[in-house]
Amino acid sequence: MKCIGFRDNSVSFLVGGQAGQGITRSGSLLGKALMRGGFHVFGANDYPSVIRGSHNFYVLRASDEEVHSQADTVDLLLALNKETILLHKDELTEGGGIIYDEQTELSKGELERGDINMYPVPLNAIVEEIGGPSIMRNTVALGAAIALVGFDAEIMKGVISDTFAGRGGIIEMNHRAVEMGFDYARENYGDGFRCRLEPSGENPGRIMLTGNDAVALGAIQAGCKFYAAYPMTPASPVLHYLAAKDMEAEMVVIQPESEIAALTMVLGAAYAGVRAMTATSGGGFCLMTEALGLAAMTETPVVLMIGQRPGPSTGMATYSAQADLLFTIHASQGEFPRVVVAPGDVAECFYLTMEAFNLAEKYQVPAIILTDKYLIESHKSTEPFDPGKVGIDRGDLLIVDEWTDAEEYKRYKITESGVSPRILLGTRGATVLANSNEHTEYGYTTTDPERVMAMGEKRFRKGNALKKEVEDLNPVKVYGAEDAEVTIVGWGSTKGPALEALKMLRRDGVKARFVQVVYMAPFPAEAVGAALKGGGKLLLVEANRTAQLGALIKLNSGFTFEHFLSKVDGRPFNPGEIYDKVKEVL
Amino acid sequence: MVTMQDLATPATNTWCPGCGNFGILMAMKRAIVQLGLEREKVVAVTGIGCHGKMTNYIKVNGIHVIHGRVLPVATAIKLANRELTVIGFAGDGDAFNIGMGHFSHAARRNPDITLVVHDNLIYGLTTGQTSPTSKRGLKTKSTPRGVFEVAVNPITQALASDASFVARGYAGDMRHLTELFKEAITFPGFAMVDVLQPCVAWNRINTYDFYKERVYKLEEEGHDPTDLMKAYERGREWGDRIPIGVFYKVERPVYRENFPVLKGAPLARQKLDGIDISGLLKEFA
Repeated sequence: MKCIGFRDNSVSFLVGGQAGQGITRSGSLLGKALMRGGFHVFGANDYPSVIRGSHNFYVLRASDEEVHSQADTVDLLLALNKETILLHKDELTEGGGIIYDEQTELSKGELERGDINMYPVPLNAIVEEIGGPSIMRNTVALGAAIALVGFDAEIMKGVISDTFAGRGGIIEMNHRAVEMGFDYARENYGDGFRCRLEPSGENPGRIMLTGNDAVALGAIQAGCKFYAAYPMTPASPVLHYLAAKDMEAEMVVIQPESEIAALTMVLGAAYAGVRAMTATSGGGFCLMTEALGLAAMTETPVVLMIGQRPGPSTGMATYSAQADLLFTIHASQGEFPRVVVAPGDVAECFYLTMEAFNLAEKYQVPAIILTDKYLIESHKSTEPFDPGKVGIDRGDLLIVDEWTDAEEYKRYKITESGVSPRILLGTRGATVLANSNEHTEYGYTTTDPERVMAMGEKRFRKGNALKKEVEDLNPVKVYGAEDAEVTIVGWGSTKGPALEALKMLRRDGVKARFVQVVYMAPFPAEAVGAALKGGGKLLLVEANRTAQLGALIKLNSGFTFEHFLSKVDGRPFNPGEIYDKVKEVL
Repeated sequence: MVTMQDLATPATNTWCPGCGNFGILMAMKRAIVQLGLEREKVVAVTGIGCHGKMTNYIKVNGIHVIHGRVLPVATAIKLANRELTVIGFAGDGDAFNIGMGHFSHAARRNPDITLVVHDNLIYGLTTGQTSPTSKRGLKTKSTPRGVFEVAVNPITQALASDASFVARGYAGDMRHLTELFKEAITFPGFAMVDVLQPCVAWNRINTYDFYKERVYKLEEEGHDPTDLMKAYERGREWGDRIPIGVFYKVERPVYRENFPVLKGAPLARQKLDGIDISGLLKEFA
């Protein structure tokens, strides 16, 4: 296996064209092929909220070591239209190349780069010869790209066979498209392109998937049996996946009339004893906030995933942001314990979804998996998930045929831990009364001051127990140097670019650390404090304007940040932006 | 066998003396007793308003939720465990103001649940504002010049939403209401019973005397509850004569039959740890 890039041992591709030209599909096919050839990959898409027309692109980075994000530059551009060339030519590394249709008319003035290689390929002519639909031009370009980097066309063809299984005609045409693109580039351009991705001949058995896929799989593995969600970008793919797999997942999957219906349905199922979940984005979560409080007051375990995108309001539906952190941890009236956990990569999406289900049931609280568009729509290769790593812990849930205690069942029994045992509805000898009003141990409405105090204290006792448990769950992760001169602090999807920046800094001999805050509620104040101590200069990196994690850290751990790198244009951080900022801080 | 005594709770009743809710509560308890339901197998779901106290006063499983959201909660409980008899209780505001969207969608889904609407044509618990079923021109605290809007008609609304079972009862006729509840509960599908309920505190027009003079029983006048157009006609009647009884009923497939996973044990009784995702991971390899 050999990977030679221009800047480091990674190679970056950018597939660009119009919406509707299958950009994300082609990029992810290439990613999967490279993964099967032994490489680690990361792929991110960029598209406006339209179905046809308009510029779309997908960046794919491959390396023989783990890749956590896209790079700042592109080595090979697969331009399915002229606009792609004009928009992305400046991102190309010196010596980089452009694959494009040979009939594209490019004047010298338009390109203004003499340091790159032009690889015209008869994309249209080949598709016409095959007799395929015009969308197949991207497959021809993939074939050419594979030839240029010295990769194996057979692996690509295998990926196509698996992806389009059962559709023989399509497979055959796409195979020919790969071969013809490959042969054309091989014959005309030989080994001239310097970036190499030569496969080892051994598939290491990794998987490539998005955060949405991983959250959905985590829910299935956690025994979630009920999923109700209203379509909203970027969370809808969870709904699509689970709806398609409801038999294998053994799940009821529903698209109800609104986000309000989604969370209240989830709550109804959870009250009846079923693990249940919904997912949405900020706008949908706004509608859910009243039901979130209902879950807290009735002590019903519900699980939500939020995929953040830029706001306020509709904002930019298909772009990314981290501006809903403080909203999420404070949403709904009154005070109550909740879980808010922010995975930073696809593996964390899987395992933390499972953890969220366990914590929700053990502490009978709402649990929120806080993600963003960049995390849940980007592909990453990763080791296959270990289904036994987290396990299923339903806490104090009695699954018996009959309630036989002499004492009557009390849904909100005052206990030392604050957790009152649940029981499945329909159990002989027990009726279960849940109540959105403040209530007695039996669940009857009350305003009696003593009982009100006792019930509030009970809810907060379990909140304290939850906080203790979260402290043992690795709520803060630390990467990089122990004796750091600079510490980058971030959460969620910034983990990827931050880890890549760390690699760049290491090459420069800079001692840097990255601190990833994973649990936002209950906030792991001590662990954050320990991670920041002795970290040198502190640089906060967040995709919001108001340094929301910074505010939480200041409030809970007392640390303040002199340096803040903010990005709010909806695009993910590039590693180089973090690297540059670190250099500036030092 | 469950008795009326078994369905009593220790909670102090805080409805106004003479409130129509007493009639609804009593009729529902009688229906449960007469149907021989076990109290552990019955779930009451209530919204916000005076009706919401039902869960405090009837000893079955209960969940008192937020305003307008009775139906999605009730729908999901039934999906989670089909062995439960799920009865939603909602006020006219709950069902036809804030919860109107859920009403139409619940009706077209046809879950096997019952919805009892405590319809007093006024907002009681919030002390006398207009309700969606208040008649046009009614002066209330929030409508001093009279209600501007045309009242929602629960019967025709339910018919237009393709509800499978559409009935109206009267809180002052307990024997009739009990029978309606029994029929609604045993009906396989979404069954709505709109209950005319005098509010002694805030509605001085639609009183016991008002209804006593006007209500008549559809079944005594040869109404055919399978005739949708006749049901619309009867549903539009409101004046000197007000019909009660079953306007319309038609059996269609219930919601849960659509879900393959619900063909096995009730969802809530299914094991969680039997899932093996290794087959699903192949797609990503």
